[in-house]
Amino acid sequence: MEALKQELKEKIIAVLNLEDIAVADINDTDALFGDGLGLDSIDALELIVLLDKDYGIKLTDPKEGKHIFQSIDTMSSYIAANRTK
Amino acid sequence: MEKKTYIQAFCTIENNKIVLNGETVFESENTGFADFSKKAYQHFEIGYPKFFKMDNLSKLAFLGSELLLKAQNPNDENNTALLFANKSSSLDTDVKYQNSISDKENYFPSPAVFVYTLANICLGEISIRHQLKSENSFFIFDAFNAAFMADYANILIETQKAKNVLCGWTEFFGEDYKAFLYLVGNEGAIENTKQNLEILYNK
Repeated sequence: MEALKQELKEKIIAVLNLEDIAVADINDTDALFGDGLGLDSIDALELIVLLDKDYGIKLTDPKEGKHIFQSIDTMSSYIAANRTK
Repeated sequence: MEKKTYIQAFCTIENNKIVLNGETVFESENTGFADFSKKAYQHFEIGYPKFFKMDNLSKLAFLGSELLLKAQNPNDENNTALLFANKSSSLDTDVKYQNSISDKENYFPSPAVFVYTLANICLGEISIRHQLKSENSFFIFDAFNAAFMADYANILIETQKAKNVLCGWTEFFGEDYKAFLYLVGNEGAIENTKQNLEILYNK
């Protein structure tokens, strides 16, 4: 799980062009949206694409995203339980 | 008789170099636009992380506008219209987006790229950054149209749609780019005419 969390942080920084943020700056429980990393609605769509492209997970219910994308902890748990690749 | 307007400041960005009012203010050797724009952002200590999410056209327009608007009187900012033009519209980003959806077996369209597939999005980025709620227009021409730009800016000021107009030719496609931005107002040293614009554009 730790390896997956590390991988996720690296991918989020790369995919969302978070140039001024390093892996070490993201805590596993930090909020990804709002006061945490400050991601926006377009970033949320990119995270949905990332789940599909890299882990074979298709989110069909947008409401799921709110919980899944709360933090690195919640994202990694969901991926570990649902990944198809 | 038409009221005269003036070019208050101007900026050119091309060949990894930024020239402000005729003076080179930043230069980076032998590098692509991505690296050049990042170094310029750091050099001018812009501190606006959303810059890195922008497409190349928006980065180009944003950098020029930063240099011209930061020197402006804050009271004038909210009355500054935007008048931009280029040749390739958003084609640089359109091609990138097309590439991301051309393979049916690997079909992952990027929302973050898609949102920049309109040339006038760069005006939105500038408006958000400087809190502008003003007139803005983006035109497509084969080449820099000095006569049109001079007339349009004059009309905006004469009809009191704006006190100042930030004008720009921001062309970007592939690794070829050129930006020429200038601020027009009621006072200044250089009259806002077709002839003067052509001289400054070709400098």
